Amino acid sequence: MKHSEKAEIFNKDEAKVNWHDKALWYVREKRDNSAHKVQGWEYLRELGSGIKANVLSNLDEYLIQFESNAKKNGIHVHWASNAEEHNEIVNSILVKHDAKKVVKSKSMLTEECHLNPYLEKKGIEVIDTDLGERIVQLAKEPPSHIVLPAIHKTKEEVDVLFQEHLGTKPSQGNPEYLVSEARKHLRNKFLKADVAITGVNFAVADTGGVVVCTNEGNADMGVHLAKAHIACMGIEKIIPQEKHLGVFLRLLARSATGQPITTYSSHFNKAEEGKEMHIIIVDNGRTEQLSREDFRASLHCIRCGACMNTCPIYRRSGGHSYDYTIPGPIGSILSPGKDLKKHSSLPFASTLCGSCSNVCPVKINIHEQLYKWRQVIVKEEKQPVIKKAVLKTAGVVLSKPGLYDFAGKSARFALKNFPKFMIYNKLNAWGKARDLPEVKNDNFDEWFKKRNKDG
Amino acid sequence: MKKTKVGLFIPCYINQLYPQVAIATLELLEKLNVDVYYPQGQTCCGQPLGNSGYEEDSKGACNLFVENFKEYDYIVGPSGSCIYHVKHHFDILEQTPEVIKVRNNAYELCEFLVKILGVTDLGASFPHKVGLHKSCHGLRGLKLGSCSEVMGPHFSTEEDLLNNVKGLELMSLNRKDECCGFGGTFSVFEEAISVKMGKDRIQDHLDSDVEVITGADHSCLMHLEGLINRNKQPLKVMHIAEILNSSL
Ligand code: SF4
Repeated sequence: MKHSEKAEIFNKDEAKVNWHDKALWYVREKRDNSAHKVQGWEYLRELGSGIKANVLSNLDEYLIQFESNAKKNGIHVHWASNAEEHNEIVNSILVKHDAKKVVKSKSMLTEECHLNPYLEKKGIEVIDTDLGERIVQLAKEPPSHIVLPAIHKTKEEVDVLFQEHLGTKPSQGNPEYLVSEARKHLRNKFLKADVAITGVNFAVADTGGVVVCTNEGNADMGVHLAKAHIACMGIEKIIPQEKHLGVFLRLLARSATGQPITTYSSHFNKAEEGKEMHIIIVDNGRTEQLSREDFRASLHCIRCGACMNTCPIYRRSGGHSYDYTIPGPIGSILSPGKDLKKHSSLPFASTLCGSCSNVCPVKINIHEQLYKWRQVIVKEEKQPVIKKAVLKTAGVVLSKPGLYDFAGKSARFALKNFPKFMIYNKLNAWGKARDLPEVKNDNFDEWFKKRNKDG
Repeated sequence: MKKTKVGLFIPCYINQLYPQVAIATLELLEKLNVDVYYPQGQTCCGQPLGNSGYEEDSKGACNLFVENFKEYDYIVGPSGSCIYHVKHHFDILEQTPEVIKVRNNAYELCEFLVKILGVTDLGASFPHKVGLHKSCHGLRGLKLGSCSEVMGPHFSTEEDLLNNVKGLELMSLNRKDECCGFGGTFSVFEEAISVKMGKDRIQDHLDSDVEVITGADHSCLMHLEGLINRNKQPLKVMHIAEILNSSL
């Protein structure tokens, strides 16, 4: 289904749309206030973007450096070229440890690789331990946002969900009660887990360690209690040196939620005594994106979610309308690179307002890349016959003043004289909820000619 | 001193549907004593095609644009988004000296008044409560003002002009630079979201006691006006050129 169709369904419940929009706008405003407090914010963004550009230009070297430093610390490093390989590697580690229960701290990469259904089919219990992720997991839905995965759910909906799955009492959506019940439920899962899986926010080439940012401390809790830790990262998560963390940690949390820094920034540099640590470095289409010059900067992304919060379309259509692991503006650039056909409507799900590019902490020119994708899609994908005919004709008309004059006059004549039902019919999307402009007697060309004659 | 020659660019939809906006623009420029010409045979900057992914098919329109305007010192038009298109997306043409000249010298009307002519007071009076809709292409594209996402001092070309209009009360909005949802063909292909965004934008103006919504991009205003008229809301819509040209 196209984005516009899903968005239309989401928009049937206007009160819910308003609530969704307000919730995300609130986060966007928190981000503004918090960024205002940092002197040189725009400089910091520049710096972040520059470091990322350097990383992408020397990705091979940084990855090799990272691997060798990680190995020195006793970390097992694995490479996966795609989602299947990633999942198989995870499974082989679980088999080695005879693990039946896994706790996971938020990782969009494992979502991207569809790790949960893969492991569940093998009889392994996988529990997402981030509260938002746990909520969508119970609801059997994908996350609708990369930082606020359950932002599309009201607390009343969560209440019902918890009653069904965790056996809680009806509480009218009392947040303290719901959180404390979730905590009890998760504590039990943490204690019984054999292996902990985490994502990676930053992988530091010169130390060989990784950093995971969470607000609930669930990454630490999982890792400290389990026998083994598997950290899954995309190849683009590398930063050259530990000192660069100062730039990214400041940018990340402020852009994401307006916090100065996430509650926990957990550094994992080697396994604890008697335990094992694994890192899986995953490509899964990233090298291909890197090879597309117009779109390579999309790999700067540090997954803060700010472009989603600011996007006026995302706020009113919900993350699920994008039908991709990473929704919103950045997802609309990443997804056509993975499957052009399936995601060809996403680069059009934007007014190109540019707010995403302004907000992005690593200065990705998001709206310009959306414009570029549109050109690629029209060339490579079959277009609706009518749309194509209209636009091709427009191209011809607009290049010929005589034709343009005639077409302009006819269109104005039609608008003025045709019965309303012809203009306001189902095929006319403009007229569904909007009136058409009132037509004046003369266009400007005619007025101008007359004035010059009289004058 | 040689008088600067200005080529007046009137976007296609303004020409056909909003001649009053074009007239106000022309009269304003004439009042300021610049040498204004209106090249006959102009059509469109090609933006609707480019934004729909048909950039290739827009080359004819873009070349015609350059042909029409290459001889002027400045090209001025009452539409931020069209000017943005000329400046940023004419990179699909071969960059001849003429193309480069046209791209460098294209100005949105307010920007031209303030930055090039250096005037902010046009002697207008308009005793009404006005809400300013900052079009995204003007604001974030042409940088006509500071954006709420970007950290730095506040500035706004349109506000500078409106603040000098006698009797005009510029109302402050809750979301001062949110997109209206027009977005060219977006308004048709993403009808539901486009309408919802427009409705929300209008509500902000209503909540802020606005009588007249203005802006430097009539395409956004056309979309908002379509909703206002359909829903019979107590708001008027006027292009900023009309306000700057009025003496009530
Ligand atoms: S594209 Fe930029 S704003 Fe969007 S999630 Fe990535 S880093 Fe954040």
